[in-house]
Amino acid sequence: MLSKRIVVCLDIKEGKTTKGVKFKDNVPVGDPVEMARRYYEEGADEIVFYDITASAESRRIVIDLVREVAKEIFIPLTVGGGIKSLEEMRMVLLAGAEKVSINTAAVKNPNLIYEGAKAFGSQSIVLGMDVLYVGQSERIPSGYEVWINGGRTPTGIDALWWAKEAERLGAGEICLNSIDADGTQQGYELRITRMISENVSIPVVASGGAGHPEHLFQVLTEGKADAALIASMVHYNQYTIKEIKDYLTQKGVKVRKRW
Amino acid sequence: MIAILDYQAGNLTSVKRALDHLGYKCFITSDPEMVLKASRVIFPGVGAAGSAMANLKRLGLDEALKEFFRLGRPMLGICLGIQIIFEETEEDGVKGLGLLKGKVVRFPQPLYGMEGERLKVPHMGWNSVKKVREHPLFEGIEEEHEFYFVHSFFPVPEDREVIIGVTEYGVEFTSAVAKCNLWAVQFHPEKSGRPGLKMLENFCKWRA
Repeated sequence: MLSKRIVVCLDIKEGKTTKGVKFKDNVPVGDPVEMARRYYEEGADEIVFYDITASAESRRIVIDLVREVAKEIFIPLTVGGGIKSLEEMRMVLLAGAEKVSINTAAVKNPNLIYEGAKAFGSQSIVLGMDVLYVGQSERIPSGYEVWINGGRTPTGIDALWWAKEAERLGAGEICLNSIDADGTQQGYELRITRMISENVSIPVVASGGAGHPEHLFQVLTEGKADAALIASMVHYNQYTIKEIKDYLTQKGVKVRKRW
Repeated sequence: MIAILDYQAGNLTSVKRALDHLGYKCFITSDPEMVLKASRVIFPGVGAAGSAMANLKRLGLDEALKEFFRLGRPMLGICLGIQIIFEETEEDGVKGLGLLKGKVVRFPQPLYGMEGERLKVPHMGWNSVKKVREHPLFEGIEEEHEFYFVHSFFPVPEDREVIIGVTEYGVEFTSAVAKCNLWAVQFHPEKSGRPGLKMLENFCKWRA
């Protein structure tokens, strides 16, 4: 039986891991290579490096970091943040990432999903989407709108429609981040997670809002997510991955327990 | 030296990095002559079987792999690598290398789990591999260990004897096979943490 995955996300800025709240006020919390190594040892199922600056310069730094961690970390590694061309995808994958996550660039040029899947396989292409609850309307039937540019720009695109469209174009996974919940540690946005997960056949990684193991339990059961992304909870040493996995196991969620 | 086969079916650097980490000398090649000079060969691969087989043929690597099998040197297929060694695959209706008898099929749709929940395809993430017979691949591997999978197709060997490991995902499917010097796994040992590295090491140190 397939395990639910715990994905640890490191937001990278100027070569350091940082953490903000609702996409703002990021403060440095540690060295990404050291942190990735620690989470690997502690039983993380996947690691995500998210380049929040997303400039040409920061991408070089992130690629160096990927190269460094890929030498000693043998679990899937995803890289996201500002990736907008096949060439950039190739560089990240060759540096040692298993998957690339595209977000703003995919909205501006949906064909990038198709081209990326064709060149590197669907399993390498993750659609990252940042969504905000705006209420149901004719244009936004799900009530959740896709925002781009690090959650700063609304697109008028319905989140559910976009998830299905990305699957059709060849995305292998969706990483769904709720802007409302990001960094609040108040729990994941269950409604849109469930809505999307039930309507696509590719895995959905829920992101934003984890603060307590109960939140992961909720999103992996009620929210129907295939994986749960965490950051603050472990970056601030509030919980270890083992504690989270023990909690989930006790509540009957299957997770990887030995590594 | 261990050859890692490059037949343009995905990223090979992760297998190379895993072997580097374990301290085994290896090189990536798409040259059949170089493959036949190697003491062992690993053929990883992700993506579509059709283009993978076409690439193998175009590069002359299909014959090199068949020859390698005849020579009795250790060979390990990973992911797509377990699929191309069979006779044929449902994916793109392609003929495989035919080193093992049987075919490759897609997960049935719709697929349901044990509690009646709808399962997604591809099968992506960590799952266990149940050992169905003793094999050097499993040395030091425990029952609770899990391995990283990403695939929509799996092999159905005609000869049940070659099956050494099975995995449950809606159906029970073959996730590891072995016949003499040929081993193959459906999951990615190079992405499966320490137990995966242990399997790669088991292969690298195995004496045929």
